[in-house]
Amino acid sequence: MDDTPELERFRAEAAIWLESQLAGPFRDIRGLNNHVDLIERRRDWEQCLGAAGWSCVGWPAAYGGRDASIAQQVVFAEEYARARAPARIGHIGVELAGPTLLAFGTPAQKKRFLPDIAAGRAIWCQGYSEPNAGSDLANVRTKARRDGERYIIDGQKIWTSMGQIADWCFVLCRTEPGSVGNKGLSFLLVNMHQPGVTVRPIRQMTGESEFSEVFFDGALAEVRDLVGAEGDGWRVAMGLLGFERGVSTLAQQMQFRNELDALIELAKENGKAADPLIRQRLAQAQIGLRIMRFNALRLLANAESGQLSPEGYTYKLYWSTWHRNLGELVMDVAGPAAEIGETAERFPPLTTMFLMSRADTIYAGTNQIQRNIIAERALGLPREARGP
Amino acid sequence: MHFALTDDQRAIRDSVQAFLQEAAGLDRLRSTIEADAGWDAELWHNLAVDMGYAGLMVPEAYGGIGGGAVDMALVLEETGARLAMAPFFETAVLGVQTILGAGTEAQKRSLLPGLADGSTKATLALTGPQGRPAPDGVTAWLRAEEGAWRLSGESCFVPFAHVADLLLVAARAPLSAGPRGISLLALPRDATGLRVERQPGLDPTRPLCRLTFDTVAVAPDQILGRAEEAGPVLERILATAAGLLAAEQTGGAAFCLATTVEYAQQRVQFGRKIASFQAVKHELADMMVAVEAARSAALYAAAAIDTDTDLLEACSAAKSWCSDAYRHCAGETIQLHGGIGFTWEHHAHLYFKRAWSSSAWLGDPAHHRERVARLMGLDDIP
Ligand SMILES: Cc1cc2nc3c(=O)[nH]c(=O)nc-3n(C[C@H](O)[C@H](O)[C@H](O)COP(=O)(O)OP(=O)(O)OC[C@H]3O[C@@H](n4cnc5c(N)ncnc54)[C@H](O)[C@@H]3O)c2cc1C
Repeated sequence: MDDTPELERFRAEAAIWLESQLAGPFRDIRGLNNHVDLIERRRDWEQCLGAAGWSCVGWPAAYGGRDASIAQQVVFAEEYARARAPARIGHIGVELAGPTLLAFGTPAQKKRFLPDIAAGRAIWCQGYSEPNAGSDLANVRTKARRDGERYIIDGQKIWTSMGQIADWCFVLCRTEPGSVGNKGLSFLLVNMHQPGVTVRPIRQMTGESEFSEVFFDGALAEVRDLVGAEGDGWRVAMGLLGFERGVSTLAQQMQFRNELDALIELAKENGKAADPLIRQRLAQAQIGLRIMRFNALRLLANAESGQLSPEGYTYKLYWSTWHRNLGELVMDVAGPAAEIGETAERFPPLTTMFLMSRADTIYAGTNQIQRNIIAERALGLPREARGP
Repeated sequence: MHFALTDDQRAIRDSVQAFLQEAAGLDRLRSTIEADAGWDAELWHNLAVDMGYAGLMVPEAYGGIGGGAVDMALVLEETGARLAMAPFFETAVLGVQTILGAGTEAQKRSLLPGLADGSTKATLALTGPQGRPAPDGVTAWLRAEEGAWRLSGESCFVPFAHVADLLLVAARAPLSAGPRGISLLALPRDATGLRVERQPGLDPTRPLCRLTFDTVAVAPDQILGRAEEAGPVLERILATAAGLLAAEQTGGAAFCLATTVEYAQQRVQFGRKIASFQAVKHELADMMVAVEAARSAALYAAAAIDTDTDLLEACSAAKSWCSDAYRHCAGETIQLHGGIGFTWEHHAHLYFKRAWSSSAWLGDPAHHRERVARLMGLDDIP
């Protein structure tokens, strides 16, 4: 894509700022791509981004954004990844909670929550999944009972990313006693720092803990922190899932680009680049990533002109599968060297990426669920039968 | 590179779509296949002459529309969807790109207007009987004998040569190899010593011919550009053609998906539409992912051709992905139709055969992936 002069200036401004911070005060966290290391420094980084106005560039200036166009958002995402800036621990607030509030929140709610997200002061987590509500999200059982100007919440969430460090959680819960399925649900914003909330980290197959169980035991939420009407939580929750794709996917692609480049270097160093089968797979990875970018550009171009965009439905399944395949290619290129770590939990970054990639086909709708969505919503095929 | 189509581009797509829906149905395709002519002359006339799309990528100075590769990709998606049985790709892409890329100014002036107005049908002869991709696969010989050029040997797998008026032929100098010593020739089909024979082909919708050259006399102005120096331009011509063939393949794959969805919504087994079985839904979903990615890849290639950025890589990426996608979708079309999909009467096999023949043409997926591997620097010293 050729930048306009204005976009070029924007790109240069972003690149210079990022470099000055990441070669300077934030040298120590440059390139960190997990969500667990040096958490206090990572909070500092979120706040530094916020103070400089780089945290939520696409948001309205009134809430701490820059009113950036889609093209500018893409440029910033590209520069962010190019600079090997650390993974955002504020991503759930920035990419999910914020856009949901922008779309469904009242003016008062926007004022109350958005500036803190944009300033990097509030870390958020997503309270959707429960032990018995995974793919079947409408089966949530966590209850919220109204008591005057408050809700009292009881129940359990699980697989809550960033749960252990989050300040706020958006919770999908049942406000209508006896309701079933997607009726009677509400979308509540809950403060994590209170006696009724207990967080227990869960160790994942990488050895690290990025997600947690979250128990609500008489936890409190204010009625003014209900997003959408009571009982209208499903609509808000589904609207949010739409934000899980879009501009942020382009940032993710730059991360993928960095991984693929590292893999290519490795293959050249260890001689695997001469193996005809490995060459084919590396080329296929390259081709797949190029296409992913053009999928995203089509998606954004259509979104800008307000057109329905069928490729949007295919996006998640496409990238998750691509990335899982890249993980397997990493292991085949690296060979036994991939198997030796510093400790039993600290492996070379590409090995960690291989392990992490197994989650990509599970969270944000498993590959099977994505296929159901494509079949039913994009192709108009019959819906899945529900059990009794 | 912008990915929203312009109004003009949408108009092009819609006009071709509407026309082909009317004029190029499956029944008509079948009767064209069964008739002996091996092409649909009326369809050609409409598309090339009346609508003028043979000249879509010909600059206005040579009598064409002066459109770009993205415009062409939109048309090819539609001709691919309908297996339009006419030398359209051969003329409007291979012919035009070869003359534009390799011809002198005088040759462009004399040859392009005929292609642009549909009065000349063209095709490109590349490889010998083993069908290896050009330039290595070029086996026809061009040599100077007593100050005159003579062409001998053969060229195989030449689509629509039996109806082409103008045969563009790649030939090599004796003892040359690879991209060195390649010439591109423009010969009339009735040149003395040139024989065109139809070969029985797997894909009945894109008939293939064998050309034999019995010391054909080649006049200097029948050599496009300079003799024995066309290797580098040929690489680019073929990359462009491969990138645009990807659009045609995308159209075929999309048609397979759409008709299979339609069938799955009708066919009932076990008291349910087969479209309600998850195994069927998931296969159709995977086909859609492949088709949408193919469309992105083909548009990416077309945009790369228009802007001349990453042209080689973008075209190879598109040709390999779209070949794979088409093969997969056409294969699953047979599978999801069951027994009826395996019959001669059903259209599934026509698309299946086109998928495999176009996959092998202009470099198969592995060939293009190997090119991407080189372009991405796998052979650079670390
Ligand atoms: C790393 C990671 C981070 C996560 N972060 C969060 C978070 O921050 N917040 C949050 O709320 N959740 C989070 N999740 C949870 C995630 O959304 C769920 O794991 C996911 O929705 C699947 O639910 P489940 O684990 O209960 O599996 P299940 O739903 O039990 O699925 C088990 C298997 O059955 C298949 N299956 C289920 N239903 C169908 C069907 N209808 N058709 C075909 N196959 C089906 C699934 O595809 C899967 O293969 C995270 C998960 C991971 C792995």
